[in-house]
Amino acid sequence: MQANLRHMLLAVRDLVKRFPGAERPVLDGISLDVEGGEIVALTGESGSGKSTLLHVVAGLEPADIGHVLIDGQDLTEMDDRGRAALRRSDIGIVFQQFNLIPSLSVARNLAFQARLAGRAEEAQLDALALRLGLTDHLAKYPEELSGGQQQRVAIGRAVAGGPRLLMADEPTGNLDEATGDTVMDLLVSLARTEGTALLVATHSQRLAARADRRLHLSRGRLA
Amino acid sequence: MIRTVLSALLSHWRRRPFQLVTLILGLALATALWSGVQAINAEARKSYAAAADVLGGGGVSALTAPAAAPIPVETYVALRRAGWLVSPVIDGWIEGDRGRVRLLGVDPFTLPEASPAAGSLDTDDLAGLVAAGGDMLADPVTAGRLSAFGDRVVPREGLASGLVLTDLTVAAELTGQQGYSRLLIDPVQPLRQAPLDEAAPDLALSEPQTADDLGRLTDSFHLNLTAFGLLSFAVGLFIVNGAVGLAFEQRRSVFRTLRALGVPAGTLVGLLTIELLIFAVIAGAIGILLGYIIAASLLPDVAATLRGLYDASVEGTLTLSPAWWLSGLVIACLGTALAAAGGLLRVARMPPLAPARPRAWAMVSGRAIRSQLLLAGLCLALACLALVAGGGLAGGFVLLGGVLLAAALALPAVLSGLVALAGRSARTALSEWFWADTRQQLPGLSLALMALMLALSANIGVGTMVSSFRQTFTGWLDQRLVSDLYVSARDDAEGGRLRTFLEARAEGVLPIWNTEGDILGAPTEIYGMADHPIYARTWPLLASLPETWARMGRGGGVLVNEQLARREDLSPGDLLDLPGGFRDEILGVYSDYGNPLGQVVIPLQVLTDRYPEAERTDFGVLVGDGGTDDLRRALEGEFGLPADAMTDQAALKAFSLSIFERTFAVTGALNVLTLGVAGVAILTSLLTLASMRLPQLAPLWALGLTRGRLARIEFLRALVLAALTFVLSVPVGLGLAWILLAVINVEAFGWRLPMFVYPLQWLWLGLLSLAAAALAGLWPAVQLARRPPADLIRVFTHER
Repeated sequence: MQANLRHMLLAVRDLVKRFPGAERPVLDGISLDVEGGEIVALTGESGSGKSTLLHVVAGLEPADIGHVLIDGQDLTEMDDRGRAALRRSDIGIVFQQFNLIPSLSVARNLAFQARLAGRAEEAQLDALALRLGLTDHLAKYPEELSGGQQQRVAIGRAVAGGPRLLMADEPTGNLDEATGDTVMDLLVSLARTEGTALLVATHSQRLAARADRRLHLSRGRLA
Repeated sequence: MIRTVLSALLSHWRRRPFQLVTLILGLALATALWSGVQAINAEARKSYAAAADVLGGGGVSALTAPAAAPIPVETYVALRRAGWLVSPVIDGWIEGDRGRVRLLGVDPFTLPEASPAAGSLDTDDLAGLVAAGGDMLADPVTAGRLSAFGDRVVPREGLASGLVLTDLTVAAELTGQQGYSRLLIDPVQPLRQAPLDEAAPDLALSEPQTADDLGRLTDSFHLNLTAFGLLSFAVGLFIVNGAVGLAFEQRRSVFRTLRALGVPAGTLVGLLTIELLIFAVIAGAIGILLGYIIAASLLPDVAATLRGLYDASVEGTLTLSPAWWLSGLVIACLGTALAAAGGLLRVARMPPLAPARPRAWAMVSGRAIRSQLLLAGLCLALACLALVAGGGLAGGFVLLGGVLLAAALALPAVLSGLVALAGRSARTALSEWFWADTRQQLPGLSLALMALMLALSANIGVGTMVSSFRQTFTGWLDQRLVSDLYVSARDDAEGGRLRTFLEARAEGVLPIWNTEGDILGAPTEIYGMADHPIYARTWPLLASLPETWARMGRGGGVLVNEQLARREDLSPGDLLDLPGGFRDEILGVYSDYGNPLGQVVIPLQVLTDRYPEAERTDFGVLVGDGGTDDLRRALEGEFGLPADAMTDQAALKAFSLSIFERTFAVTGALNVLTLGVAGVAILTSLLTLASMRLPQLAPLWALGLTRGRLARIEFLRALVLAALTFVLSVPVGLGLAWILLAVINVEAFGWRLPMFVYPLQWLWLGLLSLAAAALAGLWPAVQLARRPPADLIRVFTHER
C-alpha cells in the first residue's frame, strides 16, 4: 500500500478519530487522495468531522487509527517535533478566525511562516502583498484591518512559504458574501498559480462548486 | 435568587482550588507582613509606656541633681527636716543572663502612693524587700534572666518588662551607687515648708517622664519598620490584584449569562463583594497568625536593637490584643477592596451582552502606559520638592516614597522601550515575534514586575545602606576604640588608686570621665579627653580647624559629635555655650555612630575644673603587645575587680558589632520576605496570563512550533523580563540607598554615612531574582508544554 501512495501529495487511509466520551467516532474510516495542485472541497453539516479531518491531516491532532501521508511521509508515525517541522515547511493553514499574530505588523505576519521555513524572499513577499492588495497596509497591525483584509493576510502567510498542501477551514465563515468571494478567488488563484494542493472545508455549496472535486462528509464518513 | 447566583459564582473556586489558594496566599502574606510589623511596634511602645511609668514615677515629679550626679544622703535628710515628703530612688543597671537589666531601688516606707512603683508593691512584699539580702521583684520573663541572683528574685505579674524593683539598700549594694538618683515628691505635702530652692538649692525639679520621651527617640526605628511593612503590604496587594483579575476574566462569560438571565448589575457586584469579603476575612485571619509568627521570631532581634541603641527595654514576648486582631482583619479587607476595585467597577459597567471573548483584564493600552509615565513624572517632581523644600523625617520618607513610586510607575514604559529596541535588532522571525510579543505582554505583567522592582530596589537600597554602614562602622570602631582594655572602678576614690596603679604598668592611661548637661536645650554628654597623641592619630574627625589637637592639648576648645553639629547646624569655628556659663570654640566635628545623644568632648583638665562632680571611674588603658591578660589578672588581684569591670577592645568591638548585626537582621528578614512576596506576585501574573495566552500561542503551534519550544520561549520571556527589571532596579536601589544614608539617616539618627557600592551583592541579588522568576515561570511553562493539542485546537474552532 505504501508504494502505491507515494505518488499522491496527500493520502489518507482508514482514518479513525474518536473523542473521549463520544458515542461514535468523529472520523470513521476516512480514506482520500489529493494530487499536487488539486483543489478539493470538503463539505458537510456542522459536527460532521470536517475540521477534525483537517486538524488530523495537518498533524495538529493525532489519529487513533489509520495513516496520513504527505508527499510520502507518514504523519502518524512522526513525533510532535517531526509533525511541527512538516507543518513549518510543507503545510499552510488558513483558519476561520484568521489567527494572526497581534503583536506583529502585517508585513511580518505575512512573512512569518516563510521565515520559519527559511524560504523568505523580499521580492516574492512584495509581489505577494501586491497581489493580495495589502501593499498599503504592511505597516499596520492586525487589529487595524477589516475581517477581509485579515483573512487576506492569513492566506498570504499560508502561501508565502511555498507549501505543497494548503488547508483552509471555513476561510469565509467570518466574512460577508462579497468579501468571502474575493477571499476564495484569491485562495483558488494562488493555489493554481503556485501549484499547491488545496483542501478547503466549507459549508457553502457555492464556494465548493469552484473546487476540482467535492467530498461530502456525514457522521464521520465520506459520502 | 441571591443564593443561586452566589452558588454559581463560588462554583468557580471549587473548580480552581489553586487559584483560590493564590488569592488567599497573596492576601495573607500582605496582611502578615503588615500586621507583624505592627505587632512589634505595638509591643515595643507598650514596653516604653510601662517602663516610663515606673521609671519616671508615673505622675509624680522628682528632684534631680545637675549632670545626673547622685544626690547626697545629707540633701535628702535636709529636705525631710524641712518638711518635704520626698522618697529616694536609686536607678541603675545590673547584669542579667542576656544583657543588662534596669534596677530600681525604692524606699517602700516613704514611696508616694501615687507612684506606680507603690502600686506594684503589696503589704506582704515589705518584709521580703527590707530583709537582709532583700527580695528583687521582676516580671516573670525578666525574672528568668536573673539566675545569678537565685531565690532573691521574686516573679511578679504586672511589672514593666526588663525592670527589677527592690529596696534602696539592695540597689545601693548591687549598683555600688553612693547617694540617690532622684527624690520623688509626694503630691500630698504638708502646708508649711521651706521653699524648695532654699531647702535644696542644688537640685532641679523635673516633671514626670512619659513614654513619649523614649518613643521620640525610637520613632525613627519604628518608622523604618512601618515603611517596610507598608512596602510588603503593597507588594502583596499586587498578588491579590492578579488573582482577582484572573478570576473575573475567567468568569466573564458567567457574568454575561447571569446578566442576560436577569441578575441586576448591582446584585452581581454586591455578591462579588460578599465573596471577596469572605476570602478577605479568611486570608486576614491566616495573615494575622503568620504575622504573629513573624513578629515573634523578629521581636528578640528588635528588643536587642532597642536595648543596645536606646537602652529601651522590650521583652522578646508578644501579647496579642483584640485591637490588633481587628486591625489586621480591617487592613485585609481594605487591601482586598483596593486590589479588586478596578475589576468590580468593570463588572458594574459591563453591558449584559458584552462579548465573552476574553479581553485581558490586566492589559492596558499604550495610552494607559503613557498616563502612568506622566504620573511617575509627578511623583518624581513631588520627591524633588520634598528634597529641596521639605525637611524632617516625614520629608525624607516623602522623597523615598516618591522616588520608589515614580520608578515603579515608569517601569512598564521603560521596559517597553527597551524591548522595542531589542526587537529592532532581531533577525529571525521567531526572535522578532519574541520581542514583539514580550512587548504586548508587558501591560499584563506590569503589576508583578513593578512589585519585583519595588522589592529589588528595596533590597539593593537597604543592602547598600547596611553594608556601607557596616564598613564605616567597623572602620570607625577601629579608630574610636583606641585602648586595649577598658576598666571601671566602683567609685571615684578607687578610680584614683586605679589610675596610679595603671600608670605604673601600662603604656598609657586615658581617663574616660564624663558628665551630662543641657546644651542648647537638649541633654548632652560631656566627655573629658586626655592630652595624648593617640587621639590625633585615630580620632575620626569629619571637619576640623587647623591645629585642632594642639589647641585641644592647650585646653582651647571643644569637639562636638556629628549628631549635635547637624541638629544645631554647628561647624568648626562656631562658639558653643556649655553648662555653667562657659563658652568655647568648636575645633572639630567627629563621627559618633550608634549614639542617639549629642556629645561634646573637652580637654580632661577643663572637665575636672569646670565639672568636679563628673564621674572619674572609667579608664581606657594602652597596654601594648600581649599584656592585656596579665594586666587583667593584676587588677583582679590588686583591686578585686569583677570580670565585668574590665572589657578588652576585642570584646567591646564584638559586642558593638553584634548589636549592629541584630539591628539589621530585622531589615534583612523583611527584605527576604518582600522578595518572596514579589516572587509569588510574578507567579500569579504568569498564571493569569497563561490562561489568556492560548489564542496567541496556538497559531504559532499550528505554524510549526512545538509546545515544548513555545514553553521554553515563555520561560525565557519570564527570565528576560526579570533580568531587565533587575538591571533597572540597580540605579533605583542606589538612589534609595543614597536617600537612606544622606537624608533619612541624618534626620532619624543625626549622622550621615559615606556610601559604598557592592557589585557582588547585586550579582547575587540578580541571580536570586532570576531564580525567583525561573521558579515562577517554570510551572506555567510546564503546563504549556503538557497542554493537550485539543486545547490549542479549540482556539481555531470555538469562539473563546
